[in-house]
Amino acid sequence: MLRTLTNRQEMEASVRKARTRKGRSAGRLVGRLSIWVIIAMLMVIEVGPLLWLLLSSFKANNEFTLKPLWALPAGIDWQNYVDALTSGNIGTYFLNSLLTVFPSLALILLFGLAAGFALEVMVWRGRNTVLLIFLAGILVPVQIVLLPLFTIYFQAQLIDTRWALIITYTGFGLPLTVFLMATYFKAIPRELIEAAVLDGASIYQVFLRIAVPMVANGLITVALVQFFFLWNDLLFSLTFISSDSLRTIQTGLLNFTGEFGQIQWGPTFAAICLAVFPTLILYLLLNQHVIKGLTAGSLKG
Amino acid sequence: MKALLHDWKATLVLVGPALLVYTLVVLIPILWSLGYTLFEGNVLAGFQFVGFHNFALLVADQQFWQAVLFTMKYAITVTVGQVGIGLLLALLYFFALHKSSGVIRTLVFFPVVLPTVAVAQLFSKLVEISPQYGLVNSLLATAHLDSWIQPWLGQGGTAFWVIVFMDIWRSMGFYAVLLFAGLVDLPGEQIEAARIDGAAGWRLVRHVVLPQLQPILFSSLIFSINGTLKVFDSILALTNGGPGQTTTPLTLYMFNTAFSNGEYGYGSTIATALAMLSLCVTLLIFGSARRDVA
Repeated sequence: MLRTLTNRQEMEASVRKARTRKGRSAGRLVGRLSIWVIIAMLMVIEVGPLLWLLLSSFKANNEFTLKPLWALPAGIDWQNYVDALTSGNIGTYFLNSLLTVFPSLALILLFGLAAGFALEVMVWRGRNTVLLIFLAGILVPVQIVLLPLFTIYFQAQLIDTRWALIITYTGFGLPLTVFLMATYFKAIPRELIEAAVLDGASIYQVFLRIAVPMVANGLITVALVQFFFLWNDLLFSLTFISSDSLRTIQTGLLNFTGEFGQIQWGPTFAAICLAVFPTLILYLLLNQHVIKGLTAGSLKG
Repeated sequence: MKALLHDWKATLVLVGPALLVYTLVVLIPILWSLGYTLFEGNVLAGFQFVGFHNFALLVADQQFWQAVLFTMKYAITVTVGQVGIGLLLALLYFFALHKSSGVIRTLVFFPVVLPTVAVAQLFSKLVEISPQYGLVNSLLATAHLDSWIQPWLGQGGTAFWVIVFMDIWRSMGFYAVLLFAGLVDLPGEQIEAARIDGAAGWRLVRHVVLPQLQPILFSSLIFSINGTLKVFDSILALTNGGPGQTTTPLTLYMFNTAFSNGEYGYGSTIATALAMLSLCVTLLIFGSARRDVA
């Protein structure tokens, strides 16, 4: 990266010599200007709708009918958030999401770490086959397992419970997690593990004290990626949960806008903001991890 | 030493739980679903063996073909948009912004992590017409372009473009980062050499940068087309397939068939058709990639 940059600077310097000074500076000015125009447009398109969402969530209800929609809010009105959380049930949905996402996340990381270690560090026949079987799971369309899963959960009386979601989330979170963890374990120097073994450590001690701390960074990345997948899930929650008191934030939001979002825009905007809020916070704090994790997952998958 | 890493009991303890859950939740249901395609009925009413009847139904089902057509149209449009705009953004980051592109990259990437339902609700409010105008119609009214004001989601034609716009908006930052990483990894020498030869601007991109970027462009295309063929969340939350059936993709058609009409066998047949479709398209892209390289 650094090398290409300095190369480019040298290049530009030599090209510069070849041109006349006047033509160059005028051309550069137009070039710079058009780039700034493009960036400004990009920001309006990408950030504009989100800004509008945030500002609209602070509007009092009569502002939507009396003023055009692009007007700024008259003041900061928290009433919409109160309405969304209480009469709109968003508080319950939020809690339900937390109660399904975090247990699933814990299971995914625990099982994924252990399996990744076994597949990369341990030596056994058939480990490449098992890794391939896990990989295949990344490519399967979710729709194909929906009906059999529904039947299984129905027979086991797990339909309309959090367990149905936790089990499904864990199963579908594992392929990518196992695969990424295996690649992280691969980067640990073998000598380190061998030294620990010679010191008399058991295999579980090697796993917990040596290997796991060394992939901690990767673990954060995987946890973030999985969090976004689970928090944003719609299909499973829509299929396996039917009672309103167990809905997660996404199905709750879908229902929310269906029921009284048509008429009351203020609480609807507040509800959307609340659903977005955790992802925003995580992204603000850890965006480099998030970007790395999401793009790694796609290219290898 | 050897014995420790060959310990099969420890291996089983470590890999067992993951493999067990994965087998129960993913592997067995896949096979089970294939079995369903030969049956009719649902979990409440019971199942009846019907042989290949579901596949015969599928071939003659006009709604199915309409959904296939819509899915293809949507997937191709959004893939071209996502990867195309992503590529333009990546070139902008790399050639125009240099070191200062970090902040902009991060901002443009942000919608990728937002919940689809939330984004869809936001967009439906943006283009709303009743009970009151949304932002778009409101701006059009202010600009006295009253003839342009319309129920954007109430007409199949405009609804399609709202969905396409939203999904490109959500994901272009993702492909921009992906392709930008590819640009950074390119060997700098060739680009420099071409520049010394006087190549610049579009010619430099077309003849030097793009050919080298081809592998990562192809994986982006495959990833994008596989994601868009399975579109569900954004359409369910934005139009629910309407008006009529005009914006119903295969996934939604399958979902409605199975859960509204209680036809599990036929629903599984549609899901299998979808899996076949994405497999064929992926192989097609792979095939054309080979030919290009050879």
